[in-house]
Amino acid sequence: MATAEKTRYSGRPSAQTGFTAWLTTTDHKKIGVMYFFTVLAFFFFGGVEAGFVRWQLSQAELSVLSPEMYNQFFTMHGITMVFLVVMPLSAAFFNYLIPLMIGSRDVAFPRLNAYSYWLYLFGGILLYSSFFLGGAPNSSWVAYPPLSTDAIANMSFYVVGLAVLGVSSLAAAVNFIVTILNMRAPGMTFMRMPVFVWMSLVTNFLLLFALPIITVALFMLGADTVLGAQFFEPATGGDPMLYQHLFWLFGHPEVYIMILPAMGIVSEILPVGSRKPLFGYAAVVFAGAAIGFIGFGVWAHHMFTTAMGPVARSAFGLVTMFIAVPTGIKIFNWVFTMWGGKLRFTTPMLFSIGFVSMFTIGGLSGVMHAIVPHNAQQHDTYFVVAHFHYVLFGGALFGLIAGIYYWFPKVTGKMMSESLGKMHFWTWLVGFNLTFGPMHMSGLLGQPRRTAVLPGELGSTVELYNLLSTVGYLILFASALVFLFNLIKSIKSGTPSGNDPWDARTLEWMTDSPTPHVNFYSIPTVTHRDEFWHRKYAEDDAGQAIKVPAGAAEEHDVATHADEHIHMPDPSYWPLVHSLGYIPVGYGMVFANPWLLGVGALWLVIGLYGWINEPVAEGDDDEPVGSETSHAGSVTS
Amino acid sequence: MREHPKSRHHTGLATHLWRAVLAVFGVAVLSACSGEQNALDPAGPYAQAPHDLILIVIGIAAVVLVFVQGLIIFSVVKFRTRKDDDGSLPKQVHGNTRLEILWTIIPAVILAVIAAPTVQLVFETMDEPDEEFMTVHVIGHRWWFEYYYPDYDIYTANEFAIPAGTPVRLEMRSGDPGRAQDQAVIHSFWVPRLAGKQDMLPNHTTYLNIEADEPGRYIGQCAEYCGLSHANMRARVEALSAADFASWVESQQAAAVLPAAGTPEGQGRELFHDLGDRKACASCHQVWEGDGQRRAAVGPDLTHLMSRQEFLGAIEDLDEATLRQWLQDPDSLKPMQYESNGIGMPNLNLTEGELDALVAYLLTLR
Repeated sequence: MATAEKTRYSGRPSAQTGFTAWLTTTDHKKIGVMYFFTVLAFFFFGGVEAGFVRWQLSQAELSVLSPEMYNQFFTMHGITMVFLVVMPLSAAFFNYLIPLMIGSRDVAFPRLNAYSYWLYLFGGILLYSSFFLGGAPNSSWVAYPPLSTDAIANMSFYVVGLAVLGVSSLAAAVNFIVTILNMRAPGMTFMRMPVFVWMSLVTNFLLLFALPIITVALFMLGADTVLGAQFFEPATGGDPMLYQHLFWLFGHPEVYIMILPAMGIVSEILPVGSRKPLFGYAAVVFAGAAIGFIGFGVWAHHMFTTAMGPVARSAFGLVTMFIAVPTGIKIFNWVFTMWGGKLRFTTPMLFSIGFVSMFTIGGLSGVMHAIVPHNAQQHDTYFVVAHFHYVLFGGALFGLIAGIYYWFPKVTGKMMSESLGKMHFWTWLVGFNLTFGPMHMSGLLGQPRRTAVLPGELGSTVELYNLLSTVGYLILFASALVFLFNLIKSIKSGTPSGNDPWDARTLEWMTDSPTPHVNFYSIPTVTHRDEFWHRKYAEDDAGQAIKVPAGAAEEHDVATHADEHIHMPDPSYWPLVHSLGYIPVGYGMVFANPWLLGVGALWLVIGLYGWINEPVAEGDDDEPVGSETSHAGSVTS
Repeated sequence: MREHPKSRHHTGLATHLWRAVLAVFGVAVLSACSGEQNALDPAGPYAQAPHDLILIVIGIAAVVLVFVQGLIIFSVVKFRTRKDDDGSLPKQVHGNTRLEILWTIIPAVILAVIAAPTVQLVFETMDEPDEEFMTVHVIGHRWWFEYYYPDYDIYTANEFAIPAGTPVRLEMRSGDPGRAQDQAVIHSFWVPRLAGKQDMLPNHTTYLNIEADEPGRYIGQCAEYCGLSHANMRARVEALSAADFASWVESQQAAAVLPAAGTPEGQGRELFHDLGDRKACASCHQVWEGDGQRRAAVGPDLTHLMSRQEFLGAIEDLDEATLRQWLQDPDSLKPMQYESNGIGMPNLNLTEGELDALVAYLLTLR
């Protein structure tokens, strides 16, 4: 007993519950949950910033905030929603679901996974601390130089914050790609993977290739801002156009990074809610991959009004139009998944149908942008604001919220309230359309983006549309409170869900809900796409499903058949310790302070040293070791 | 080849189509109440042609929208689980290759059809006009537009005149003449009724063709976020008849009339050039009195200030009271970054007497 204890790496944390357990966890499920709650906090901040923007624009020539503050608020709203809300919310789903959906016990690099989370948190805190350290970034989320390299733009926080978040996402991307490629359960071939896992794979490859580009752009921008380099300074031969190309070469794949996970979620929920398999699985998968590829070839459609000639404008216009084809394929396949089904309008299903409907509107206004000569009228107006909110709010966020309702029972073993969920959906749908629908019109009637006042000369119609948008925002805010109330209430006292509340199709529902620490007591062998459904139902040649008699097949994963010697990743202090070093490094870069940089660099090295010297794992969790330090109990906890 | 501008008005069909689309969205355009910065109300060929194209695209998009949303609504109603459902599963359909091919090819064909005129129009709107045209240089500053007529050696700011019915090619860049060039940021010139927007960069010359069919005042504004007072950077185009334009050019070419010495106006002129230890107006603004070359200044050219209707980036009407308030406390009318960043109009702490004299002088600059 004592010898077994001695072999454990000294100083390794072992708590599975309590505060320390969260700080030291390498469990993908706990990390997913931490991502989720951190996102909620930043969503609140980003939402409040949006509220001030809408308040300011509710009437012509109104000045609630000073122009300085207004510019900080709209800039931080964009940065927050893109980098601190939609992307990490997708990461929460990747974390919790990818291992479960592919029949694995964790991700490939559990400590790296914890590191990704901590860097996300610290990157977000670094960005938001700017409000108290001389003002938040104020030259919009695209940060075009030369405006952004002006010291008064406070963009050094943007540069450093985004770089830290980029390291976080890059580490996560590598982790998820390796996990999906290497850790699938026996028999889970690529074409048997759930569509969500497919879309996660595409998304993480996009991250892998796109993030280095923005990192280059950020470091050049940072060098210009903090060190006085001249990459983008026209006076000394630098070129602001270079930044725009680099930014959008990242920025457009980023759009698909935000939408593809939601498309994956909807592709899981629609079949379950329609009680039919996904229509055209292969087409949906390959359309997703095609979007990923073409997504790298359309970046300059964000730059149609810059100093680009007619040939480049035409070429990027054409490619942009044709990215609508794979998108259309997906939409039709989703609709035909519902066609002929027996639809159950649960809250996740409602949000998924809402996604298809709202995303279609965003897609069509996207095609309008590709009409290059008229793009010059739409660009940088509220028409564009309407378009990308239909894609990222009506699209990505609707899909992600559908996912929250759908997998809540998986995480907690409880259902979210359906009545509150439906109230959330309908107010969300009305509020969303009221906020962003009128922006199509106010943009075409001449309202530019990013103005700290609504010019009165745009006329009373534009003013009315803006007022409607502001009213819509209030509905959305109230709706978000309904959601929050539902969430808290359901966590505390939701009705027990059982293991398979939706009659679902994929592996994650085969194990207990809430998910046991080991995920699966025994790793399943996969023989079908939608493996879990095929264990419950047989399908005859005519496509009629017949319930397999109870007990005839092994439906659920049960503890009594647990694998021997289950290997679970051990907790570790080092991801947290190491990533804390980014805080002094970050501020050192923002303020060009060599002392902070030195302390941070030393800290990073020490953290890395400890991390490297810590054994990857401590052996089987169910090995009989000293009972006071044993993890054996955690297998069934 | 570009058609003659006047022949482009076939609004009949277009208007009907547009109304149908708006009905779908459930919105109404009250053109009468909307401002003149309306991209849906083109007033010249360079705005009209893209407008006509987008109406066709909106029409197609509306059909697709109704079709897809119709499919969704139909599915939701038709395939909902009924109250008397027996609990059996529906037929398990996995896909249909023919349908997949169909909804791959049809959208691709539609897009190909739209693509051809799009590309053609890109070149038509960006190329030099076929007819004889006038060139005006437009320079973006934080936060105002400067205009220079190379043919007539005229400088003006915020608003500029063009002859109606004649194409005008704007040659554009961003930059504060007389200042370090790296202070220039990206702006975008946008007068929606005359043409789409075109960015103005510090290190690239960009071009934009505009033309107004009829005389009138056309409004626009900077469309690329350019910092603190981005919202206050407006543009005005005054389209004039040929005769009016000729007389406008003549008046702008004239030198400023010197006020008599000893009068308040004359005193104002002296202050304009010398404010003691404070920065003189003339160190940034030009009032051309006939000697030497007219030149670009840091701030707007004031030689014929009072010939303009608006000022301060065209956010305020130009009258005596507003002019006085501006000189007294610029930030109260338009946020500036002079103290923090050296940009814009400084507060010169003028005394009442100095204000009276300067305003009196400026009012003489017609």
